Amino acid sequence: MPAYWLEAIVVALGLLLLLMEAFSNSKSKELIRVVGIGGLIFLLVPFYFAVAPPADNAELARFYVYDRPAIFFKLLALLTTILVLFMAYDFRKTLNRFTEGPDTEYGTGEYYALPVFACAGMMWMASARDLVSIFVALELVTITFYILVAFMNRQVGSLEAGVKFLILGALSTGFLVYGIAWIYGITHTTNLETISQLLAANSSNPDLHDGISANPIPLLFGLSLILLSLAFKIGAVPMHLWIPDVYQGAPTPTTAFLSVGSKAAGFIVTLRILDPFFSSDITRSQTTIVVLALAGLTILVGNLTAIPQTNFKRLLAYSSIAHAGFILLAIAAWHTGDDDTLSSYQAVAFYLGTYLLITIGAFFVLVVVHNSEGSDNISAFDGLGQRNSLLALCATILLAAMAGLPLTAGFYGKFFAFQLAIESAHTNQILWWGIALGFVGVAAGFYYYLKVVRAIYWRAAPKDDLIAIPRISRYAIISLTLATVILGFWPEPILWLIGA
Amino acid sequence: MTLALILLPLFAVIAILMGANPRAAARNATGMMLFAGLGLAALWALGTRTFLGVDFLVLSKPEIHLALNFFDGMSVIMMLLSVIVAYAAARTGDCEDRHAKLWNISLLLIAAGAVGAFLSTDLFFFYAFHELALIPTFLTIGILGRGDRKEIAWKVTIYLAFGSIILLAGLLWLIAASGTPDLSFESLLKCTVPVAAQRGIALFLLIGFGTLVSLFPFHSWAAPAYASAPAPISMLHAGVLKKFGLYGLLRLHPLVPIGMASWLELIIVLLLGNILWVGFVTINQKRLDSMLGNSSVMHMGYIFLAIAALIAAQSESANPIAKPAAILLMFGHGVTIAMLFGLADRIERLTGTLELRDLGGLAKQAPKLAFLFGLAAMASIGLPGLANFAGEVMVFIAGFKGWEPDTPPGWVQIATILSLWGLVISAVYMLRAFRHIFQGPTVEFTRNASDLSARDRSPAVLLAAVLLIVGLFPNILLQFLEQPEAVVAREQAHITQHPRPPQPAGSAPVQPHPSPSQ
Repeated sequence: MPAYWLEAIVVALGLLLLLMEAFSNSKSKELIRVVGIGGLIFLLVPFYFAVAPPADNAELARFYVYDRPAIFFKLLALLTTILVLFMAYDFRKTLNRFTEGPDTEYGTGEYYALPVFACAGMMWMASARDLVSIFVALELVTITFYILVAFMNRQVGSLEAGVKFLILGALSTGFLVYGIAWIYGITHTTNLETISQLLAANSSNPDLHDGISANPIPLLFGLSLILLSLAFKIGAVPMHLWIPDVYQGAPTPTTAFLSVGSKAAGFIVTLRILDPFFSSDITRSQTTIVVLALAGLTILVGNLTAIPQTNFKRLLAYSSIAHAGFILLAIAAWHTGDDDTLSSYQAVAFYLGTYLLITIGAFFVLVVVHNSEGSDNISAFDGLGQRNSLLALCATILLAAMAGLPLTAGFYGKFFAFQLAIESAHTNQILWWGIALGFVGVAAGFYYYLKVVRAIYWRAAPKDDLIAIPRISRYAIISLTLATVILGFWPEPILWLIGA
Repeated sequence: MTLALILLPLFAVIAILMGANPRAAARNATGMMLFAGLGLAALWALGTRTFLGVDFLVLSKPEIHLALNFFDGMSVIMMLLSVIVAYAAARTGDCEDRHAKLWNISLLLIAAGAVGAFLSTDLFFFYAFHELALIPTFLTIGILGRGDRKEIAWKVTIYLAFGSIILLAGLLWLIAASGTPDLSFESLLKCTVPVAAQRGIALFLLIGFGTLVSLFPFHSWAAPAYASAPAPISMLHAGVLKKFGLYGLLRLHPLVPIGMASWLELIIVLLLGNILWVGFVTINQKRLDSMLGNSSVMHMGYIFLAIAALIAAQSESANPIAKPAAILLMFGHGVTIAMLFGLADRIERLTGTLELRDLGGLAKQAPKLAFLFGLAAMASIGLPGLANFAGEVMVFIAGFKGWEPDTPPGWVQIATILSLWGLVISAVYMLRAFRHIFQGPTVEFTRNASDLSARDRSPAVLLAAVLLIVGLFPNILLQFLEQPEAVVAREQAHITQHPRPPQPAGSAPVQPHPSPSQ
């Protein structure tokens, strides 16, 4: 089965869910949830048998690529969506409270259908290799998120987050289109493969074409505009300002989805767009400097502003910025991979794979704590160790993994990023700056993640009652934590997936 | 086989989580570890070199193995130290029932982490197992500690996390600069690190390992931590886990000898800070537990002195005593300090206080306790016949190795002479503490104290026996180490494979300080 069927099936599933919402009894959304989750899980079967589309279909091949990174990021998008839908299942009480018809499920059906569309967009982004198809897929995801963020329309925070996200999202879309226009104006193509060939031809023959090698500035200007827009997607400085507010205001499953799915999809697109520019001698050094600057600033800003946070959701927001910084460091240290080293694609994929497990796990913990305490503050975690030792243990492991402690999956992501940076720093001295900032960031990370652990174990519990974990959350938290620990001892399985 | 040493405590942890009696599980597991450890060490002494170690590829790019085995005799000695102290620690201290789980799980995890770190033959797991052992340390201090426990735990966490990150940076740099094909010590030690990178790497390793070993001026976390932590945790951390940094320096020194040598003066100053500055601080302590904590920081200076002698000599063959001296003293100090912390815990149990001025005349009530404490105090001062003496004498000999009597003393010799004063300082505070606690008239706190029961005595008696055996017959440990001829052969082989890059003119720090030709 050609791979593009996967996206088609996901879209069809989304449409089916919307129809069910329209025609079914509006009191209970149980069926929509079950069909949505079941459908996506079932999709893993055809996914296993999917093959690259036939090469003779040149029109399609211009837009669609089905390589290792594409497979991995599609899988990532699918898994994230499934987990987010599970999380939405346990979040429904809070969701119902703030939508039309409080404390009924009336009007919440779309909340379980829209993530499926976003999933289709992310899967398409993983395969897109034309600026136009990238744009379309990216907008599908972004527009879906506009609704998902503002979904709790009876809660001011959610609406505020929605407006903020909409305005900044629209701005970044503008940047993206403008950047694409510049690049098209110079290269007369929107296809990344063609751009790559063009740059290669130009570097071997400087007099060729429109003088790109003599003056690459317009091309780089277009690239910078696109990078700015992608920085919005992946949550990198200077387009990170929306993240804390939107993360805090949005319904928690949406936040988790934004922080994992949307970010991962943003990164695969970033990799694909930067690939031709890193591969060419004409643009490599400038691109490295720009991406490195983004990485360094993102690491600094994300980690340092996370330190004083008192709200766990905001803390996770800043931590998500910080992680984006480390991933950008792996991209800035562009490497095509050899026997001892992963390529940048693989390092980024690995980082995001582990990040998926850890972050979704942390959000599951947050949902449980929020349901019990009605608050997202770190103080809601006070004395968790006495109130539910299993939850406390899992939360501790997940936070340690976020900080990048060895023997957790989180360590290897950072390890590979730094390894790549050090490897490339031999040829490009400027990367040492990124490495130094990275270590500052890791050190700050230890502080603010452990601050939560401190609240869990060392603070007295305000109440004595035990916290109950709903069944789905319990299985999800335990399995995600176990995966974090097992991959911490034995990360090889992810390497198989990313084809290293 | 070696895997058993780690699996035993981990299985015990699982058993406790599933509802087994925490104390019994911890005691049985550490007891079995002790037997297994002694058995493996005996096999090694008899010449067995192929143990059923583990070697499991966990990551192919770069190659990382979960490999546990005895890399060399140093691993065997550190493993012995770990299992002996773990055995004693599990039999020390009493906790409330509601904390029994956490207490014993932490203890077992620290023991597992320490053994894992010393047995890992792969750089990554060497580092990672140590981190595994640190987390329960933090949590235990924060939850079960005494006094200002949260602040102290937070301080320790920040200090050690800082040290670990600096260390990680240094290790990554080392890996990158050496160009090693995988992270096993075996391949790593076959590499040579470019001289240009050695200086920076050496500094990172020194600060990173140094912070973990409480090297002056990164030492201020240690004394409050040991004073606050429950006794078994102090025993394990001060006795075993802290030696990780020293072990790491000794293990990685052959890779960056020139870089280390360029920091010799700095190291000397810092270690004198440990011995003299912290020594005076120790004299001024008013509580037994903080005195012991500070004394443990102070004695790290002697081990660093041995390492400094090795660094000055730049190769093991040029100063064949330095490394065995450091290892022997590490072992002696680990056993002594564990014994002292264990006994201090008993004293607090019997009298309810550790304030030195509130105590007195305890020897009348508890003569056996007084004898054991006196023995440990003497060992700590360096009384001949006990393990520390053998170690310290070797350190001082190593300090003067290669020095010609008619030349002016070099840095290491000056440091050695100054360090000798440290023995006086040790004697002052240890004897004063002994006098305050055990001699003089009985006072309010000690009047109703009873002596140690046989059960309470058993860990201290074991440790005392180890101190005596190793003190009278140090070769029982030193036999595990490479003989000088083997060291020379190994280094020669390495040099022929990798000729050292030519030295830039003007800096020829190859000879031991000071060079005899001067």
